[in-house]
Amino acid sequence: MNEHSFENWTVGCQAWHSRSVIHSAERARKRVTEMNKYDAIVIGAGHNGLTNAAYLAKAGLKVAVLERNSYIGGATVSRELYEGWTYSNCSYVCSLLRPELVRDLELPRHGLQVVPYGGGVTYKRDGDHYGNFYDHERQYREMARHSPRDANAYERYTADVMKQTRLIRPFLLKRPPDPTSLKLRDLKDLAEYGKAFMGLGEEGLVEALKFWTKSVGDFLDEYFESDVIKAHMGGSGIIGTALGVYSPGTAYVLLHHYMGDVDGNVGAWGFARGGMGSVSAALAKSLQAFGGDIICDADVDQIIVRNGATKGVALKDGTEYHADVVVSNLDPKRTFLDVMDAGDLPADVVKKAQNFKIRGSSGKLNIALDGLPTFHGLDKRSPLMLGDMHFSDSLERIERAYDDWKDGTWSKDPYLDMLIPTQTDPTMAPPGKHMMTVFVQYCPPLVNGRDWTEEDKSGFQKSVIDQIAKHSPDFKDLILHCETRTPKEIEAEAGLTEGNIFQGELTFDQLLFNRPFPGYAQYRGPVKGMYMCGSGTHPGGGVMAAPGANAAREILEDLRKPNTVPEGYPDD
Amino acid sequence: MNNHSDARMLLRTPFHSRIEPACELNCWGTWKGYTTPNAYTDVELEYFAIRSTTGVFDLSPMGKYRVIGPDAEAYLNRLVTRDVSKIREKRVGYTVWCDDDGQVLDDGTIFHLGPNDYRICAYARAIDWLLWSAMGFDVDIQEETADVAALAVQGPTSCSTLLAMGLDGLDQLKPFGIEYFAFEGTELMVSRTGFTGDLGYELWIDPSKAECLWDRLFEAGAPYLIKPFGTDALEMARVETGFLQAGVDFVPAEEAVRRGRSRSPFELGLDWLVDLEKPLFNGRRALLQEKAEGSRYRFAILDVEGNKPAHNSFILKNGKQVGTVTSAAWCPTAKTNVAFAQLQMPHGAVGEELVAEIYYQRELHWTKVLAPCKVLAAPVFDPPRRRQTPAVPF
Amino acid sequence: MTDYDVLLVGAGHNGMVCAHSLAKAGKKVLVLERMNHPGGCAHTREFAPGFSVSSCAQWLYQLSPSVMRDMQLEKHGLIFAARDLASVSLAEDGDHLVLKGTTLSGAGIGPEDQAAYIEFANKMQRFSKLMAKAFGVRAPKLVESNISDRMTLIKLGLGLKLLGKDDMSDLMRIVLINMYDVMEENFEHPRLKALLSLDGMLGSHMGPRSPNTVFGYLYRRIGEVFGFNGVAQLKGGLGALGESMAASCRSAGVEFRYGVAVAGINTHAGRATGVTLEGGEQINAGLVVSNADPVTTFERLVGYRNLETGVVRKVSNIRNKSGVAKLHLALSALPEFNGLAKDLVGNRLVIAPDMNYAERAFNAVKYHEYSEAPVLDISIPTVNDPGLAAADGQHVLSAIVQFAPYEPAGGWGDHRERFLDIILSQLERYAPGIRQLVLASELLTPQDLESEFGMTGGHWHHGELSMDQVMMMRPFAGANQYATPVDGLYLCGAGVHPGGGLMGLAGGNAAREIIGRGESA
Repeated sequence: MNEHSFENWTVGCQAWHSRSVIHSAERARKRVTEMNKYDAIVIGAGHNGLTNAAYLAKAGLKVAVLERNSYIGGATVSRELYEGWTYSNCSYVCSLLRPELVRDLELPRHGLQVVPYGGGVTYKRDGDHYGNFYDHERQYREMARHSPRDANAYERYTADVMKQTRLIRPFLLKRPPDPTSLKLRDLKDLAEYGKAFMGLGEEGLVEALKFWTKSVGDFLDEYFESDVIKAHMGGSGIIGTALGVYSPGTAYVLLHHYMGDVDGNVGAWGFARGGMGSVSAALAKSLQAFGGDIICDADVDQIIVRNGATKGVALKDGTEYHADVVVSNLDPKRTFLDVMDAGDLPADVVKKAQNFKIRGSSGKLNIALDGLPTFHGLDKRSPLMLGDMHFSDSLERIERAYDDWKDGTWSKDPYLDMLIPTQTDPTMAPPGKHMMTVFVQYCPPLVNGRDWTEEDKSGFQKSVIDQIAKHSPDFKDLILHCETRTPKEIEAEAGLTEGNIFQGELTFDQLLFNRPFPGYAQYRGPVKGMYMCGSGTHPGGGVMAAPGANAAREILEDLRKPNTVPEGYPDD
Repeated sequence: MNNHSDARMLLRTPFHSRIEPACELNCWGTWKGYTTPNAYTDVELEYFAIRSTTGVFDLSPMGKYRVIGPDAEAYLNRLVTRDVSKIREKRVGYTVWCDDDGQVLDDGTIFHLGPNDYRICAYARAIDWLLWSAMGFDVDIQEETADVAALAVQGPTSCSTLLAMGLDGLDQLKPFGIEYFAFEGTELMVSRTGFTGDLGYELWIDPSKAECLWDRLFEAGAPYLIKPFGTDALEMARVETGFLQAGVDFVPAEEAVRRGRSRSPFELGLDWLVDLEKPLFNGRRALLQEKAEGSRYRFAILDVEGNKPAHNSFILKNGKQVGTVTSAAWCPTAKTNVAFAQLQMPHGAVGEELVAEIYYQRELHWTKVLAPCKVLAAPVFDPPRRRQTPAVPF
Repeated sequence: MTDYDVLLVGAGHNGMVCAHSLAKAGKKVLVLERMNHPGGCAHTREFAPGFSVSSCAQWLYQLSPSVMRDMQLEKHGLIFAARDLASVSLAEDGDHLVLKGTTLSGAGIGPEDQAAYIEFANKMQRFSKLMAKAFGVRAPKLVESNISDRMTLIKLGLGLKLLGKDDMSDLMRIVLINMYDVMEENFEHPRLKALLSLDGMLGSHMGPRSPNTVFGYLYRRIGEVFGFNGVAQLKGGLGALGESMAASCRSAGVEFRYGVAVAGINTHAGRATGVTLEGGEQINAGLVVSNADPVTTFERLVGYRNLETGVVRKVSNIRNKSGVAKLHLALSALPEFNGLAKDLVGNRLVIAPDMNYAERAFNAVKYHEYSEAPVLDISIPTVNDPGLAAADGQHVLSAIVQFAPYEPAGGWGDHRERFLDIILSQLERYAPGIRQLVLASELLTPQDLESEFGMTGGHWHHGELSMDQVMMMRPFAGANQYATPVDGLYLCGAGVHPGGGLMGLAGGNAAREIIGRGESA
């Protein structure tokens, strides 16, 4: 147990939690019914739920966020599961969080500090590696070491990816238009999309359409010849996705890696100091500063619907909270198949929710380390180690990893996205010690159609640890504690169906006006007063907070309240 | 297992052991993965070495690509806008190359080294495009940037310096000519080319002989007041003499993210490099169309009143913005304040009078100047010695 | 001095549709064909003494009725041997699943499956009808659109709106996704799901889980819009289509030369001037139309050196990896499939027990390997057309086999025998004793299909039919309206919109484009 780490822990959620959370049981004991009456209730204190509530509270509504767990954050959490070590045990890096929202909700004042990290490396089987440098010239040198042609082609690649990124960024903080609608606002929004696309010119438009429909593998093959370079970049196209690198549509997923920014550096990634829990902690403080309530240990059983309108929610313990506006931060399946009664819903919504694709495809290992591991061929002080590390040195290996998942099992040679944030953030482990977060692709929600067993879980863990150990001789000896999370655990704790980190796959059938499903993509649910604000809505997953903000904008519009939610995004 | 740390660092050119001690200001920059000096001692003095004595610039990082094979000429003719068959052996030609839309990818020089044997030199990297362009041609393309060390030796005493070094007969070399000399058991290639607009040569040699070349050159040049110069001095010289730079005066077409930000050779004032009589070359179709329909922009060299360089200035006509400045410098020899501008058509005809909106500060006090300027017909610095053969002795 | 108005390179079905239209419009057209017969992939060939087979495509299921009509193919000798055949998904235990029209039977199919299928089929047909509207015209440009492009866009937009809100959003949702998910959404029956998903991946380098296979499925369903209620067989094999088209062309005044391979398309200053044949003969013409696939056309015939680099890059980025092999067997007698009624054996027989089976079959080809348990689409054409066999009672079996790589590591060599053995073992499980009946066999790998039919990569569709390669993306910007970056050179084959299959629309659209351009073509 180390004092130091706790001192730095004040931005974390536990400190926040002990001070200001209202526990449901406590509240129920008071039996003061007026206290259970709100203007709006948000189900789930994930980052989107908190963002949504913050904007509703900012507009003057009386808002409560109900959280099933005893801690807030959903999948945006920091947790101490091994004494002295803080794990960002679900989401683990930060780039997509919209800067407009950070500024507007004053998250830095509420303790959020995002620190960029450089680097990134893919270790090769032959002992060499491919590194990713922040500095443009060094990056060129490193690429040229593997292929001078690729180093040159990278300039064209960057420009071409940026063209697509620029296309999508202005639409993140905006509700998607409904192409089937003839409403003026939708037509106007559609025209704006049309204008953005037409602005590409005939050829640019065809190229964009091609990009949006092709696989990340095919896309990279058009630029690069080096296997390791392609593999290093291609992983971004399948993270959190139940598709392979050669599945059409994955080139788009690549953009989710590029469309964020840290301090105006588009595509840069960073750590939230203190772990991802500090994002939710800051959002919670912002919400409370606007007068909103957060109620933990409040496990919602049902959204109450009367005469076709929401009236509030009932908890599993029987407590009721009343509000005319109920916003679900849960994924679409849990929202419509779990906390809503089929009898309150149109039949097509139930069917759409059943067909909603939310397959779990990833797992996670969080590891406490006694020291910094050594990796073959890399100096411990190398800046490359500060970033995302991988071991798949060809697209074929990633594709084969996907084949295992299709066959109903975890990848025997998985694609890993591994980081050691304690090289950048001193608050997450005692001095000299380290924390490692390992995102694992692919990992199925069920093993061969049945539940995970302990044996499966240790097999899964072994496949990951063995892969890392192949490149790091001292890694196994440094492990003090390892938390292994299959989709099953992710679902059980964060409440993400099948453990899907994006609350629904980011494939075209589930993007924009199709997210979560056609006809309900503008955050309004099928019942009056019911809304959705999770990553299952546009623009989707990643700790972006845009769905929460976009939903708030629609709710406030319906309530005819002053709307201060930032909208659009002027890209130069 | 080596840890590749050397490989990851910025490269040093073959002359680094000589440049480092000479770089008294310890002022370094990067050029395409190499560490290069911005300035050695004093930018102004370095500049005057180019214009008054002999200046030496390390151009080893220059991208060098060898093109060899039966289709070498056909390949280059499809690649670039000018007629390569007119570049005879042992001659060099300046050219640009475009994408299919007639937008400039880069400019550079083509060295005709021998039968079916050429070298392309370009400031930016080009291997990807060169290899794409090679499909369908019986030609071998090799990048040899690291295999050839190069120095630019520029200035009125440069020929004398090189003659003193023993390059007999060099004075007979015509502009854009190539000559070979024996040097320390290897071959030293000299071309009468440069980026300064003055009398000058470029020396090309095996990297193993680079340091020796430097030493011999500086020894021979001492009486002629030889001096190394860095990127900053070069910048002054190139603006004075009207040379464009990729990434500064135009965006290489494939690196442009926003539509319409790239430029055609016509829009860069390089019409003279475009030979539309050639039946096929990259961009021909688009350039024919542009020729017929008119260009969007025009490149202009402006003579700006006053002595404040018009960096990043807007160019106005009757108060309305009609263009922007891409490069600007006070030219000490010509005593002219020069700016390169991209002007919307129809502006930029020779003699047109415009206004440059210049901001400058003195002791934290910012001043806005609306400086009248005029479109020049030609670069402000173009001395006869640049072209005279035999080279004017000193 | 030109010898012809138009030179048409390749007498494939699209080439002949195009030639016919051009001749009707008064053009002097010469068709140049490398082989000694017309038809391209619509060809019947003797593969063993006395045994003939449709050597590339084996079924007819989406020929455009307008082509049938305009070319009067029946008058020129086209005879159907069988129409509206059922699809039978074979089961090892003999409990086969039969899909006839929209009626399902066998294999424990229940009324829910039947009802679900009808609902599904109707919806798909609505979608295919809309697609068909886009198929009969050139793919519209979106930014630099002219009036006819805008009319197409308006029609399509209107058609989309007219589908109604639910259908419209459903179409937009599923068109980019995979058959696997759509099947899971709609059906329970594993073999039904596999049978339908197969239609989304036939001829492609995709498995049921590959996004875009729904598009492939809708593409195949176009046949129903064109009046095919299942696959059909022509008397004399599909060569009869080629022959009848050639006859129709001749009567319209088109000249043919067979056995002449075009070595190159001549260009000068960016314009096509004619062709040079192997052997050196030059023929000049005002226009050259290529029925060859885009890669063959640009890389081999025009030559990359005669194109701009950007075009070269686009051509070489066309995805045309095939995964399809073709099996031909000469059989001494009709094979007996476990539990298959005699009257069903002349239908389309499919071996694809479930979608995961098909997906695993696909996995192999991603790594340049062939499937250890391939998917088969089998025809025994001699049941309906006995003339294809050497003697009475003898038979021909033809099968589309997925998946086979263009070339396994180290080349086909011994792999050919091994893969043939895998396929025969697979057939043996469903039709015990079939091995003993084999008099002769032929296995055409993608590589063989490439060299026999001149299709790059052996890809049937002249380039993958995937969303990034359809409509205005086919084959690439700058060549997506039949005209190409070379003035006077047009494409008319499967490599341009709307794509492959024995449909004939690409050829017709190309002809319309050329005629519409008039003097400026």
